[in-house]
Amino acid sequence: MTVAAPTPKANMGQPVPRYDGLAKVTGSALYAADFPHLDLAYAYLVSSGIAKGRVKSLDVREVRTLPGVLDILSHENMSDAVAHAKFFSDGGPVSNSVVPLSSPEIAYAGQTIAVVLANSYEAARDAAQRIVVDYDIDPASATFGSKGAIDQVLAEQSKKHEDPKVGDFASAYAAAPVKIDAAYSTPTQHHNPLELFATVCSWDGPNLTVYEPSQNVYGIKNGLAQQLGMDASRVRVISPFIGGAFGSKGALTQRTAIVAVAAKRLGRPVKLVATRRQAFTIATYRAETRHIIKLAATPDGKLQALSHEGFEVTSRPDPYAVAGTDASTRMYACPNIVSNVTIVRADRSTPGFMRAPAETPYFFALESAMDELAIALNMDPIELRRVNDTMKEPIKGLPYTSRSLMACFDEAATAFGWSKRNPRPGSMRDGDWLVGWGCATAAYPTQMAPASARVSLFPDGTARVETASHEIGTGIYTVAAQTAAEQLGLPFEKITVALGDTILPPAPVSGGSITTASVCSVIAQACAAIRGKLSNEAVGADLVEALNKRGLGAIEEYAEWVPHGAKAGAMQALYKGAAQPIGGAKLEDRMQFAFGAQFVEVRVHSQTREVRVPRMVSAFAAGRIMNTRTARSQLMGGMIWGIGSALHEQTDIDTNAARYVNTDLAEYLIPVNADVVDIEVIMVPEEDKLVNPLGIKGIGEIGIVGANAAVANAVYHATGQRIRDLPLRIDGLMPSA
Amino acid sequence: MRPFVYERAATSEVATQAIRAGIATDTAPRQGRYPAEFLAGGTNLLDLMKLDVMQPAKLIDITGLTQAHSAILVSPQALRLGALAKMSAVADHPEIIKNFPVVAQSLTLAASAQLRNMASIGGNVLQRTRCSYFRDTSWSACNKRNPGSGCAALDGYNRGHAVLGASKDCIATYPGDFAQALMALDAVVTVLGPDGTRTVPFSDLHRAPGSTPNVETTLRPGDVITAFVIPAATWMRRSLYMKIRDRQSYQFALASAAVALDIDDGGLVRQARIALGGVATVPWRARDAEAALVGKKLDPQTAESAARLAFGGAAPREHNAFKIALGQKTVTRALVQAATLEV
Repeated sequence: MTVAAPTPKANMGQPVPRYDGLAKVTGSALYAADFPHLDLAYAYLVSSGIAKGRVKSLDVREVRTLPGVLDILSHENMSDAVAHAKFFSDGGPVSNSVVPLSSPEIAYAGQTIAVVLANSYEAARDAAQRIVVDYDIDPASATFGSKGAIDQVLAEQSKKHEDPKVGDFASAYAAAPVKIDAAYSTPTQHHNPLELFATVCSWDGPNLTVYEPSQNVYGIKNGLAQQLGMDASRVRVISPFIGGAFGSKGALTQRTAIVAVAAKRLGRPVKLVATRRQAFTIATYRAETRHIIKLAATPDGKLQALSHEGFEVTSRPDPYAVAGTDASTRMYACPNIVSNVTIVRADRSTPGFMRAPAETPYFFALESAMDELAIALNMDPIELRRVNDTMKEPIKGLPYTSRSLMACFDEAATAFGWSKRNPRPGSMRDGDWLVGWGCATAAYPTQMAPASARVSLFPDGTARVETASHEIGTGIYTVAAQTAAEQLGLPFEKITVALGDTILPPAPVSGGSITTASVCSVIAQACAAIRGKLSNEAVGADLVEALNKRGLGAIEEYAEWVPHGAKAGAMQALYKGAAQPIGGAKLEDRMQFAFGAQFVEVRVHSQTREVRVPRMVSAFAAGRIMNTRTARSQLMGGMIWGIGSALHEQTDIDTNAARYVNTDLAEYLIPVNADVVDIEVIMVPEEDKLVNPLGIKGIGEIGIVGANAAVANAVYHATGQRIRDLPLRIDGLMPSA
Repeated sequence: MRPFVYERAATSEVATQAIRAGIATDTAPRQGRYPAEFLAGGTNLLDLMKLDVMQPAKLIDITGLTQAHSAILVSPQALRLGALAKMSAVADHPEIIKNFPVVAQSLTLAASAQLRNMASIGGNVLQRTRCSYFRDTSWSACNKRNPGSGCAALDGYNRGHAVLGASKDCIATYPGDFAQALMALDAVVTVLGPDGTRTVPFSDLHRAPGSTPNVETTLRPGDVITAFVIPAATWMRRSLYMKIRDRQSYQFALASAAVALDIDDGGLVRQARIALGGVATVPWRARDAEAALVGKKLDPQTAESAARLAFGGAAPREHNAFKIALGQKTVTRALVQAATLEV
């Protein structure tokens, strides 16, 4: 086996090569903007250069006469074209409830204020760039502490949010001998998937077909129908391959309806490929957060009190909440816990889900504070986690279905060589480079959602799996085919899989690391139904023979699968595009989480203070691993993103203007190959028979969680400097001149 | 991007005359923004045209002149680099790597492999600033893009901006790396213009922003750089380029230093050359720092004193004060490392 295809350990599937690998590397896989259309017109967005105010005038006279320009959409001709829809956490379909072009009002920088339609992309772009906009400018609030920004206690704003608490934090904190009280922050970050935000809309009479990279095709179908006042049965959404999403392509954005209306007005299909710069404002992003953590422990490291206060920036109209206290308060045994979350309303576009949305920022705070506590206790940071490890979450005392945190720490520590660490900061120098080793806990809720699928078995011994799930790069084509192959006893090569199309049975949003567990569960169920119809015992050739004996042309089974704890009506909601993931800390009877341990070596130059990560070793235990090749790739991607989350990524904001300034991939820094040196992924065998019949927990996001804290903890070990604000850059490590 | 006329130049002279003709027909050419531009690698020009920052009515493609203007000649007297040589060709040249390390390193540490294979070294030294307020036309205030409109960077987000050579009208950083090597090594630029060929010291090529940040060089309409000449000198072998950035590759410098040293057998500095990048509005020569090293033994203390002099007039804004300390450390580190080179 090569490194890329690790030998499966207990409860792990074969490293089958990707079902769609050849199509992807040869370019035959069609992404949303790749589909050919006859008589295609092109859209180009005009984006607001101010964050708050209104469009006073839009001078389009010169532009209308340019060759190839077909139409210009603005509030002057679009005000009633798209109906207002609710923000998703208010029960609606959209990622941002501001309807662009519905009025001259501007609520955030980069808001779409006009759209040029033309015969070519170049003509549309040229025209859009020439439009002269005159604004009435109002002062805008950019972020925490900006004039006009409004703080709101989340629990008072949202009935769904509950602040986890137990015991008497104040007394326990006051009485404890060892304490930590520290403030942390994480910046605005953008997903920047390589594939841009594209939408193509094409009408055939009353029927609309939408080609768009999506993590939730049924969500687009139903939400768009609502926005356009039409029957959802007349909308089809096609999204067979997605070139990266990470949460940014989950909820319906406002661009889709605009393109649909444009196509209707022109009577031609219309393609929009928004620019990289526009990607920073037409979709969502990771909210800026701040944290205050207080920890108290006995001298032997037993946690006595834990307080996590979170503060998060959201938009004026939409109450997006990161709210990672659900998980951060439940990781360790502790009798006295208090937490709260404050959202801050500013003149920004609405943030949203980005890989491990809650855990990435909240665990940076928690796991940095745990490291600080270990130092205050003069204790090894792994031992601090061990002393406080628990099989019951501390708020309600619910049992974890499985939890292999310390097995992950022990395996990763051995592979990393942790026992050779000299704990004294600055002690592990290599020439001019200060060497530091750090570690942190990773965890991610094991959630699932109702899913449906159809599986067909044919007399030639092939089978077909159909479900409207989404290939966002994770490998769902592959594990779906593997599941059907295993369940029917057929070779992998005999399975075909169709995904990403609303003519298929609905699958839930591909977010929250729910896809493999949800979709493979329903596929297994449909396969079991096929076996049940033909012969309960037979698989493989015998099963096909049973089919042929009866002279059937095909046998086709549709199945619905509903996870433990799902609310009544959740399956019907799925058909309406509303996935209702359940699990993690949201169950009444148990806790479902995957765990991991992240170890990082950093090198900080003693003079110029740049930080590099030559080595990273992480171990994860997440129930059944379906495919060690795709799983390793997924976990590794998360770990690498963790390096970026710690050292590079920040969307820079001009706080006077409430605008972003580094809106391209040269200036918005992510790790490049040279920053990713030696990455070791360890998959720790774990069996969990409770989470679902196949025992799958989901690994989509856990790889990033804890990585940023592990880096910061390693930087402390290297330098003795505790950096509590991300990204951790030269600025923060450089003593002033 | 605006529609434009595209022409291919068959000879260098035709190229410069064509630009002059383009200027002549434009009744009111805006200063520093000519209606015609030369196109070589296009890695910066096309980018800025797509962003609508540059709007030339005409492009004169000079890549057809590559054969005539891309030679790399190493002689005992000088290193001569044709301006249409690709960055990668110079960076990978074995004799340059060995005998002019700062030249090769400044190019290797710039951009990405793909860009280095496209970009000409003549175009590279004219690369325009990465200031976001310049590169995004929806910001109304940018004196470089729109003279007289103001400077949004002064009180905006200016982590990447210059601490040296700035004015009240512009604090945009000169982004390149190669220029620092040319600056440190007293390079001379060969320029072909409508009136013939002339030579210009590299240090006279770029103009500090002053009150006209839109005028970035002393080149006149129709001028094209045809070569760089680096005179041979005793400090060439003991030279290096130190570039500090947030990530390991593919990022513009937060601070950089091109240094070259001539050290006598007794360990005393005979000559020092220091140029700074990432911290100044133009390629920046630190002459006071160089002078301070002459006759001294190069050690961390003398290097640090020189580095302090290099940032004598530095003026930080809200987010870039760290560049003064970082720049000093970069110079110190570069000098100390250069002193230890085996030459």
